[in-house]
Amino acid sequence: MSQIQIKELNTFSKYKSLLSELVRKDIKNKYRNSVLGVLWSLLDPLLSMIVLTIVFSTLFHRVHDYPVYYLSGQLTYNLFRSGSTQAMKSLVGSANIWKSVYVPKYLYVLSSVLSNFVTFLFSLIILFGIMLVLRVDFTVYMIFASLPILIILIMAFGAGLILGTLNVFFRDVEHLYSVFCLMLMYAMPIFYPADILPAQFKFIQTYNPLFYLLTCMRDCFYYGKLYSLTEILIPTVAAFVLLGIGIILLRKYQDRFILYV
Amino acid sequence: MSDETMIEVNNVSMEFNLSEQKTDNLKEFVIKFIKRELHFQSFWALNNISLKINKGDKIGFLGLNGAGKSTLLKIIAGVLKPTKGDVKLYGTIAPLLSLGAGFDPNFSGRDNIYLNGAVLGHSRAEMQEKFDDIVEFAELGEFIDVPVKNYSSGMKSRLAFSIATSVNPDIIILDEVLSVGDMSFQRKSKDRMNNMMSDATLLYVSHSVGSVRNLCDKAIWLHKGSVIAAGEVNEICNQYETYVKNL
Repeated sequence: MSQIQIKELNTFSKYKSLLSELVRKDIKNKYRNSVLGVLWSLLDPLLSMIVLTIVFSTLFHRVHDYPVYYLSGQLTYNLFRSGSTQAMKSLVGSANIWKSVYVPKYLYVLSSVLSNFVTFLFSLIILFGIMLVLRVDFTVYMIFASLPILIILIMAFGAGLILGTLNVFFRDVEHLYSVFCLMLMYAMPIFYPADILPAQFKFIQTYNPLFYLLTCMRDCFYYGKLYSLTEILIPTVAAFVLLGIGIILLRKYQDRFILYV
Repeated sequence: MSDETMIEVNNVSMEFNLSEQKTDNLKEFVIKFIKRELHFQSFWALNNISLKINKGDKIGFLGLNGAGKSTLLKIIAGVLKPTKGDVKLYGTIAPLLSLGAGFDPNFSGRDNIYLNGAVLGHSRAEMQEKFDDIVEFAELGEFIDVPVKNYSSGMKSRLAFSIATSVNPDIIILDEVLSVGDMSFQRKSKDRMNNMMSDATLLYVSHSVGSVRNLCDKAIWLHKGSVIAAGEVNEICNQYETYVKNL
């Protein structure tokens, strides 16, 4: 291992406690002043599931166990969206700290993604509960969902690094990204069946790495089968490309952050 | 006091671009880019500063507003990267660069002790051990569970100073942080600096020359980004006071 890598590992172990402190802070901040507290991460998907089921389950009646179909998609999308969105805001939001003490800046981005992973784990309880109620089989393939989940986290981290860096220089990136996320949501078969898309628009699925991850997750939870190798390889490559670009951008521009915040 | 070097500042210069910092959104940037208004307006905050600071030195920085004191300390703390030159530190550092920095205003003093400790590289368990000492020294009592945003400036400064000194850093930076504390706390902090922190290196900025004389044994006078004089604290303070009187 090269000298530089060893040094980076040392700083990481030094800042491990900071990372856990930041994750704790993010989660506490999210539920601060709310009576229901952590219950919100259960209620949120539950309520939207009820509304969507009432509205769409008759329209898409060929989709059996619609609530499980919807939730497995929605939770996947939500993990990416909320993780990358909070990561994007984390660098500007924590300026108060890194303006006064040197801390590796990727820690803030990473902690945002990890704290959203914790809320994601809570919301899985709802998915499991609904699967029990509707008697959807719990299969061994659910364990294999951990790989696509890991890829979503890497992808959210990479996107968060890129957007977070841009956001320091241009604050309107936040607004642009929220519009982008809305488009991303409708472009993915979260509440509609994937095959209703006309053939000439198929490209919005084939060129969307998150679409493959959604398929993988649905394979594990809804269809009870293993995803194919291509379905997991495409988003893995995309996630590492995003991560690479993110690391390069942050390295290049982090010394100038303090001049813009 | 020993001859062991703690901080080395080598030929540090810092350039700011005054016009660049006004654009913070994409729309303005594009408009300025098209109109070709993105010109460069240079300002040198520090010119070729070199310092060698030994272990246990207590150094006061004097100078008018805009002399570059805070910029220099930010560079030493590692939060600002100098345009030219470099800084080497041979120990752990606890920088208090401004009041309330490093705190999350929405969190209680208790949570902020753990957060701040982690920022300085200390685990929750270590901070738990020091917790009672920190609260007692900061004289916060029952206010420790109140969000920091409701603290007075004196309370914030006492808590920050208390945390920073309790983690035993080799280098401590105080930039106008103590000046909001009352007389009794200033005396207490001085005692703490002299006893507990006698081995630590102190970099101290204050506009009160009296407190510089009180806390420091050496002083450095900065003017428009250059070192004018450096040496024994009373000597430099006298020179500085004569200069200020004749302004």
